[in-house]
Amino acid sequence: MSTGPKDNDFTIKIANVNGTGSASANALLMKVFFRMGIPVVGKNYFPSNIQGLPTWYEIRVSGDGHLGRSGRVDLMIAMNAETYQKDLHELAPGGYLIYDSTWPRHRQLKRDDVHILGIPLARMCNEHFDTARARVLMKNVAYVGAVAALLDLDMEVIREALQRTFASKQHLIDANLTAIDLGYNYAREHFQCPLPFRARPMDATAGHIMIDGNTATALGCLYAGATVGAWYPITPSTSVMDAFKSFAEKYRRDPDSDERNFVILQAEDELAAIGMVLGANWNGARAFTPTSGPGISLMSEFLGYGYFTEIPAVVIDVQRCGPSTGMPTRTQQADIMACAYASHGDTRHILLFPANPEECFYMAVQAFDLAERMQTPVIMLTDLDIGMNDWMCRELDWDDAYQPDRGKVLDAAALEKMASFHRYLDVDADAIPYRTFPGEHPRGAYFTRGSGHNMYGAYTEDAREYQEVVDRLRRKWETAKRYVPEPIVEYSEKYRSGIISLGSCNDAVQEARARLRDAGVGTNYLRVRAFPFTDEVQQFIDAHERIYVVEQNRDAQLRSLLLLETRCDQDRLIPVLHYNGLPIDAAAVTDAINEDLQKGVAA
Amino acid sequence: MSYIAKPKVTHPGLPRNELGLTVRDYEGGMSTLCAGCGHDSVTSAIVQAAFELNLPPHKMAKLSGIGCSSKTPAYFLSQSHGFNSVHGRMPSVATGANAANRGLVYVGVSGDGDSLSIGLGQFAHAIRRNVNMLYIIENNGVYGLTKGQFSASADVGSKAKKGEENLQPPIDPCQMAIALGCGFVARSFSGDKQQLVPLLEAGIRHNGFALIDVISPCVTFNDHEGSTKSYHFTREHYHPAIHADYIPPAAEIRAKYDEGCAMPVTLHDGSQIVLRKVDPDYDPTDRAAAIAHLEQLSAAREIVTGLLYIDESKPEMHELNKTTETALNKLPFERLCPGRDALRSLQQRFR
Ligand SMILES: Cc1ncc(C[n+]2csc(CCOP(=O)(O)OP(=O)(O)O)c2C)c(N)n1
Ligand code: SF4
Ligand SMILES: [Mg+2]
Repeated sequence: MSTGPKDNDFTIKIANVNGTGSASANALLMKVFFRMGIPVVGKNYFPSNIQGLPTWYEIRVSGDGHLGRSGRVDLMIAMNAETYQKDLHELAPGGYLIYDSTWPRHRQLKRDDVHILGIPLARMCNEHFDTARARVLMKNVAYVGAVAALLDLDMEVIREALQRTFASKQHLIDANLTAIDLGYNYAREHFQCPLPFRARPMDATAGHIMIDGNTATALGCLYAGATVGAWYPITPSTSVMDAFKSFAEKYRRDPDSDERNFVILQAEDELAAIGMVLGANWNGARAFTPTSGPGISLMSEFLGYGYFTEIPAVVIDVQRCGPSTGMPTRTQQADIMACAYASHGDTRHILLFPANPEECFYMAVQAFDLAERMQTPVIMLTDLDIGMNDWMCRELDWDDAYQPDRGKVLDAAALEKMASFHRYLDVDADAIPYRTFPGEHPRGAYFTRGSGHNMYGAYTEDAREYQEVVDRLRRKWETAKRYVPEPIVEYSEKYRSGIISLGSCNDAVQEARARLRDAGVGTNYLRVRAFPFTDEVQQFIDAHERIYVVEQNRDAQLRSLLLLETRCDQDRLIPVLHYNGLPIDAAAVTDAINEDLQKGVAA
Repeated sequence: MSYIAKPKVTHPGLPRNELGLTVRDYEGGMSTLCAGCGHDSVTSAIVQAAFELNLPPHKMAKLSGIGCSSKTPAYFLSQSHGFNSVHGRMPSVATGANAANRGLVYVGVSGDGDSLSIGLGQFAHAIRRNVNMLYIIENNGVYGLTKGQFSASADVGSKAKKGEENLQPPIDPCQMAIALGCGFVARSFSGDKQQLVPLLEAGIRHNGFALIDVISPCVTFNDHEGSTKSYHFTREHYHPAIHADYIPPAAEIRAKYDEGCAMPVTLHDGSQIVLRKVDPDYDPTDRAAAIAHLEQLSAAREIVTGLLYIDESKPEMHELNKTTETALNKLPFERLCPGRDALRSLQQRFR
């Protein structure tokens, strides 16, 4: 279905060896498109390793604003001899491949349907740079120069980008510019520049930023007023806390005393991390923990505790490829079920599903409000694709009138006026009780226990008393539907097929819908953004004969959750699954839908 | 069941502390433990210590794991918030709670199973972080609540009720804590309230993590002939190395001590503990000596008790972090949220 490359519609893939300093050159290249006003997205395919293994960076340039994975490569920069064969193979017919011609290519490795462009990157850099390190690093910058010539990039933008990156370090700016020129001039002298597809300046990135989801999530936690962060390092969530820490060091130091208005606890494991988060929230601070699948498994006992004792907590699950250790540097949406019902007993958790870094920011704030309003753990599920890749999204905005929703908390003044306080009474008939913080007032004291308790907070093994509490928890779940973010629905009465999806599938789904529409197949679309499902989800299901449920896991977990939690028969929900660890592309959606439509025709 | 409120009969003659509270104001619900359980004696020692320290009950928080021992926070300080967490994980909850509000007094109660088996990791790491709290292990050598299996503190050769002998070496929480750099390590016996109460007081006042390992016999599963954690065995082999007298900041040191044997240690808040050394050669400020002494006496089956090690100089968690004095949960939102303009300018680098 996908068409060939056009101006402002192509994908560049760069094959590197990790640890060779290619990341900054690749980021530079991506930013140049962005600053030329062309929508762009950068995806990193990296190994679970520190040095010496293959790594790829993929830049999709899309004037139409399709920012999911394209699923094709039009320009390959093959800098890794070890993966050369694979990289050559991946190139789309008619595509271009740049390789370092300092060394001869293996003769068996060839393809007649692509263009091979040799540039002696290493030789040129050896001639122009003195130190071994500079020679390695500048090879990367030199290929950026070559691409600039081949795609007609704006040299002024490149110069400005380098200036911004290296600020006052003039010698670095000079070295980088030399390397850019080497590649640029070589390409102009030896190849026909520009290529048939090239970059053309646009004005589609104004008011936008390039940001990864983990950084945006950390900003959300900062702006929500989180003061305690606890964590145990795990890819791909680690950079959430890295970013939170650097923001907090900047914005949360007391201006007078330089003291910290926050505590970051690097826990001994995820069991401790969630324990710390519950302890801090119980004590009236906003606290969170970022983690990934294996961490969720370890946190399960405490998550059930938080649910039953009604303590707020914010957990961010940056999902990676499971099961078990799985592929830590590959993406998936395979923790949906594990999170929805994490822990033994009748347990269920509020989940949030942001689709991109922009939503990560706003939903992180919302996660704290929800957790405190509903007095329960809230898990925000992002994934490696959102968390660690560079996404273009609208500039983040903040309303200075925002005040955190701390939910139902009784302070000393309120307690002073009360005759007595009971922790789990449903005073307002919305199933949400009142809570108090330690240290406020003697009358506020209560005993938090994960064992059976009655509505007064006292220990119980009484059948009726126990059931009263768990029934109220179930009613509280119904109340939560009024507070969670509603799904995004695109609906027209014309269409009989619908798509339900979530999170990082969004861009691929939207691109697929556009392609299907062009082929005369219209679809409606609902993107769930939270669990529990709100009424809109039921209505959408009721309104369609066939619904494709698009998600990134093998077992159709979102579909299972829909079957469990809505009224819907199995046959109407068609699973569309992508789960090989790479971000989903539009073809995965169109292929599955087309196949299903064919079946319908044949039948 | 524990929610049966204890009848609160306050005799007019009951002594009152500086806050005008009687000891009754520090009590909790009715205990449901077995009659004679050592844990109940620890409970009453805690009540006594909090009363004597004039602590406002609502400025204390009590936390525990799971076990008979961990049930006890329901039986003291009914005007304090309590947190009966999950098995072995109280240290992390206490760490997070303390992070949120450094201004409260935190008392953690755990068992030997809770701290030395399932919770060994969290126990060790709370020490390493030097969380400012009193941490009590009610040590009976068995899992009381699951009916008497050996715990990791059971001595080699100690016999279970049905005669089975423990063959694995015990983990000594005190030795471990000293090795991990804990600044306050004590051992006591539930049957010796006179020793225990001042230790609890000093432990609460200590700046940082204070461990008190209290031998607290389980009358139902580990109080028989052949057990090394029974009342009888403990009394027979009880070796008080150091008595600690807690002296509040304002009070004068009235008692007279033998020269050379008395050793006053000033705590963070200006209060003092005067250590009376029964064993004149023992120096509780010398880490290596303390460990060697414990090794020696435990090899001889002696139970060394008292304040075994103290170091008041260690910075606790918040001092290490340079956290603001104000409790984090009291910081106004305006001081936490950088606001719209800051968000605008920080996004420059994302362009
Ligand atoms: C995860 C988990 N595993 C097992 C148990 C069962 N359990 C409850 S208490 C306990 C042992 C408690 O022993 P200890 O801490 O020594 O307390 P004691 O009852 O002796 O005071 C066990 C194993 C549990 N509650 N949770
Ligand atoms: S079983 Fe043992 S530890 Fe538990 S209450 Fe009874 S005596 Fe105490
Ligand atoms: Mg025990």
